[in-house]
Amino acid sequence: MPKSPKAAAAVAERSRLAVRKTYKLYVGGKFPRSESGRTYLVDGDNVALASRKDARDAVLAARAAQPKWAGATAYNRGQVLYRIAEMLEARRSEFVALGVGAAEVDAAIDRWVWYAGWSDKIAQVAGNANPVAGPYFNISSPEPTGVVGVVAPGSLLGLVSVIAPAIVTGNTVVVVASTPQAAITLGEVLATSDVPGGVVNILTGKAAEIAPWLASHDDVNAIDLSGVGDAELATELERAAAGTLKRVVRPAPGADYTTDPGTGPMIELLEIKTVWHPKGF
Amino acid sequence: MTATATPRLSGLPDSPADLRTFLHGLPGVDKVGIEARAAALGTRSIKTTSKAQAIDLAIRMVDLTTLEGADTPGKVRALSAKALRPDPADPTCPSVAAVCVYPAMVPTAAAVLAGSGVHLASVATAFPSGQAPLDVKLADTRDAVAGGADEIDMVISRGAFLAGDYGHVFDEIVAVKEAAGPAHLKVILETGELGTYDNVRRASWLAMLAGADFIKTSTGKVSVNATLPITLVMLEAVRDFRERYGRQIGVKPAGGIRTTKDAIKYLVMINETVGDDWLSPDWFRFGASSLLNDLLMQRTKLTTGHYAGPDYFTLD
Amino acid sequence: MFEYAPAPESRSIVDLAPSYGLFIDGEFGEAKDTFKTINPADEEVLAEVALAAPEDVDRAVAAAKRAFKSWSALPGSERAKYLFRIARIIQERSRELAVLESLDNGKPIKESRDTDLPLVAAHFFYYAGWADKLKYAGFGPDPRPLGVAGQVIPWNFPLLMLAWKIAPALATGNTVVLKPAETTPLSALFFADICRQAELPPGVVNIVTGAGDTGRYLVEHPDVNKVAFTGSTEVGRQIARSVAGTGKRLSLELGGKAANIVFDDAPIDQAVEGIVNGIFFNQGHVCCAGSRLLVQESVADEVLSSLKRRMGTLRVGDPLDKNTDIGAINSAAQLARITELSEIGAAEGAERWSPPCDLPDRGFWFAPTIFTGVTQAHRIAREEIFGPVLSVLTFRTPAEAVEKANNTPYGLSAGIWSDKGSRILAVADKLRAGVVWANTFNKFDPTSPFGGYKESGYGREGGRHGLEAYLA
Repeated sequence: MPKSPKAAAAVAERSRLAVRKTYKLYVGGKFPRSESGRTYLVDGDNVALASRKDARDAVLAARAAQPKWAGATAYNRGQVLYRIAEMLEARRSEFVALGVGAAEVDAAIDRWVWYAGWSDKIAQVAGNANPVAGPYFNISSPEPTGVVGVVAPGSLLGLVSVIAPAIVTGNTVVVVASTPQAAITLGEVLATSDVPGGVVNILTGKAAEIAPWLASHDDVNAIDLSGVGDAELATELERAAAGTLKRVVRPAPGADYTTDPGTGPMIELLEIKTVWHPKGF
Repeated sequence: MTATATPRLSGLPDSPADLRTFLHGLPGVDKVGIEARAAALGTRSIKTTSKAQAIDLAIRMVDLTTLEGADTPGKVRALSAKALRPDPADPTCPSVAAVCVYPAMVPTAAAVLAGSGVHLASVATAFPSGQAPLDVKLADTRDAVAGGADEIDMVISRGAFLAGDYGHVFDEIVAVKEAAGPAHLKVILETGELGTYDNVRRASWLAMLAGADFIKTSTGKVSVNATLPITLVMLEAVRDFRERYGRQIGVKPAGGIRTTKDAIKYLVMINETVGDDWLSPDWFRFGASSLLNDLLMQRTKLTTGHYAGPDYFTLD
Repeated sequence: MFEYAPAPESRSIVDLAPSYGLFIDGEFGEAKDTFKTINPADEEVLAEVALAAPEDVDRAVAAAKRAFKSWSALPGSERAKYLFRIARIIQERSRELAVLESLDNGKPIKESRDTDLPLVAAHFFYYAGWADKLKYAGFGPDPRPLGVAGQVIPWNFPLLMLAWKIAPALATGNTVVLKPAETTPLSALFFADICRQAELPPGVVNIVTGAGDTGRYLVEHPDVNKVAFTGSTEVGRQIARSVAGTGKRLSLELGGKAANIVFDDAPIDQAVEGIVNGIFFNQGHVCCAGSRLLVQESVADEVLSSLKRRMGTLRVGDPLDKNTDIGAINSAAQLARITELSEIGAAEGAERWSPPCDLPDRGFWFAPTIFTGVTQAHRIAREEIFGPVLSVLTFRTPAEAVEKANNTPYGLSAGIWSDKGSRILAVADKLRAGVVWANTFNKFDPTSPFGGYKESGYGREGGRHGLEAYLA
């Protein structure tokens, strides 16, 4: 992102002093400051620097929101995701002003639309009936794995590309974002898009500080390391995740988020449940 | 419901509506589960001494049956003679439990069996369809008893049962029981026409509540006769009935049991579900005709050590 | 009383050698360092088996790596034919293998004969058919194998777990180094012989016998691309840690503490059978065993008295007797674990009950046991016992049943017994478990994926889903 675009805008708009936005966290549908009271400077903005306790609070919020979100109809989740796309489209210029390329914003919008459509189809693609050798009805269906800790890649499209596949199936997420202004602005989009509070929680700060707490948290079901660039940190996180046998989405250095993501990112965060029942008069 | 001379059980449902509520409140039967359980019991391997013991017990449980339009006094006399001495070559071979014939043949059989200890059963009540007016059924029953039958195998009105008219079926059983007097009453459910195991369980309870001494699977005249899982449902019913009311009821699978192997499966099933108490001709019977010769052949194999052939056993 | 005379299956159908070497690159080697494998029913030594050293594992992995090139390049239709061939040979030798499995494992012959072996053959048949149809499996147009699969299996279903591991691995074009459990190595070695009979190319399947160290060395081997493990959650955790950062694909099928929920409208007699099958099948050495019975209070007395009556008919004894329902505990160590947890259950105040049964003097035995008056706070309600021990808890409402069922770090399986369809579906939806058996229990099929939620592991085995763990 270019250095302080807002400063430039302020210079151009001399007639009045601009009102600056304070970038706080997005947790449980609200925008709290870090409980630690810490901020860090990013492109001239003081951005909340999340702590382990913020991570803890975010996991609580994500867990609280998860059953209802997973219990919503797939149609409803699709509607909500589509609404995100609408709101993002409406606030397109905000992201451009933050320095995100217009094409990338467009791609991010389109990605929400793409995943919105998946909500009521993924179960049909990832699940199936099983022709067992006996008088039983037997069907395998995907279910969300639960609460997912996400270390997001450093781009808006990357961010959307890890959040959307997680939540479309009914997971809730705690995201550690490395592009704070864009991430929190996305939080504002989400907050105005019928996304229930707690479904997406965004922490800004240092992955190396926060992610280990997510990886070792007993109430987190999966951890997505897509945005972890440091191989040593990734290994440490994967090892910590083993404590409760979390599902691990391994780091994706150099991933090209402009290409068709396929069903993989959704399927990695799904559990397959197989139900048997006898058939008989 | 009609009052009856039979000692009444306490806590019986006392109206058709109560009866319906009661029968529909019985736990369901899962078809796949009961069939799997029966099949599993069927894999028991019964060898050597236990097989010999089982064969003699099975012979003693046979209701040797002939229920044909072509039955004649000659045929019935031969069958009755066989019932007394199934294997003329081996005096250690036990007699069967009973001979089972149509009412018209009862006096013929009675003449052979009198005083032998082998019971004489007669199907009555417009066997096998049961489609006759009640007074005809009762007259049929009285005739059979008067002719010397000490066991009556009646059929229930499956039509009434399937129409949900449980009170009607109940009353008929009560009436036949009364007409049968001292004779033991076996109530044929004709399970092959009841369609579901749930119905088999309900019909079993209905018959027991109405005073049956035995519940019996089938007439042998429809395509599905006795099966292991159907008999298992009935065994569970008599077990639960005794637990609830303290009265023991017998069970008789009939039709389709032709081999020693089949018969032993039933004995294993009794042994492992309701237990010893039912392992006696007083409480369990096989309604069969060709089964007996197979039991005799297997018995001979065990005693002689070589395989037996049909020419060495009497055909009746 | 109707006593059953002994009906032993003949063990002469199994021709055991005094010792077995490792099976590497299509050849059985000489056994240098060895360990003994015993029959848990009488503690007799069955054979001596090679204890694989690190260099042996190196050779096996190298053989698998060499074989991968040609095996993965083989047309799927040809790989399929090898697997079909193996499946057929298993069918033809199934009695021999069943007896062998009962000898080495202690499980009743009726289970090895009627459950394990038919499922083993069926699993190879099922995945054989996939080998040339992978592009239709829904994992992309050109799914590729991963390479060398290092597979470590448990002792509870030795040959079946081997089938669950090897069949999908080979169908997808991977090659295998498999380590069977220390106490049950024999059927894997017989399987190696079947591979030779089938003329499977050398190195495609390699069997290394040994203990925990051998398994650890195998899964940590740098030339292993894929690790598949079935066993305890504790070992699964260690493997997940050791694999971290290596990029190896990992699938884990771990422990469980399944709730078997009986509602008041259940088909009671079948539910009792399901409870018995759920916990006493295979001596309770089953990761998906229904080890926690949750019974609705309104029918608890009825269900428990039926259950006790039914337990009184269970026949414990000689695994080779065709009428045995419960065989031997697999090892002295496992028996000690079951004994210890049962003593803890009693000490914690749960009421212990077993039917009267005579246990043989030699070998490892444990009577079928239930604990009543168990609460969620008891250790026997939380820890996997992996033996014929059932903890009975009660509940009042469906919501409470679901809450209790899910109140565990495990999530492998669950059971529901009810005659009401809508309740079954709603409860099945809410249970956090990979396999839900409604009005049945412990059913397995090669087409039906198996695997857990939460600490019961990840990845699925069986069915179309089972392919995913072996494809890139």
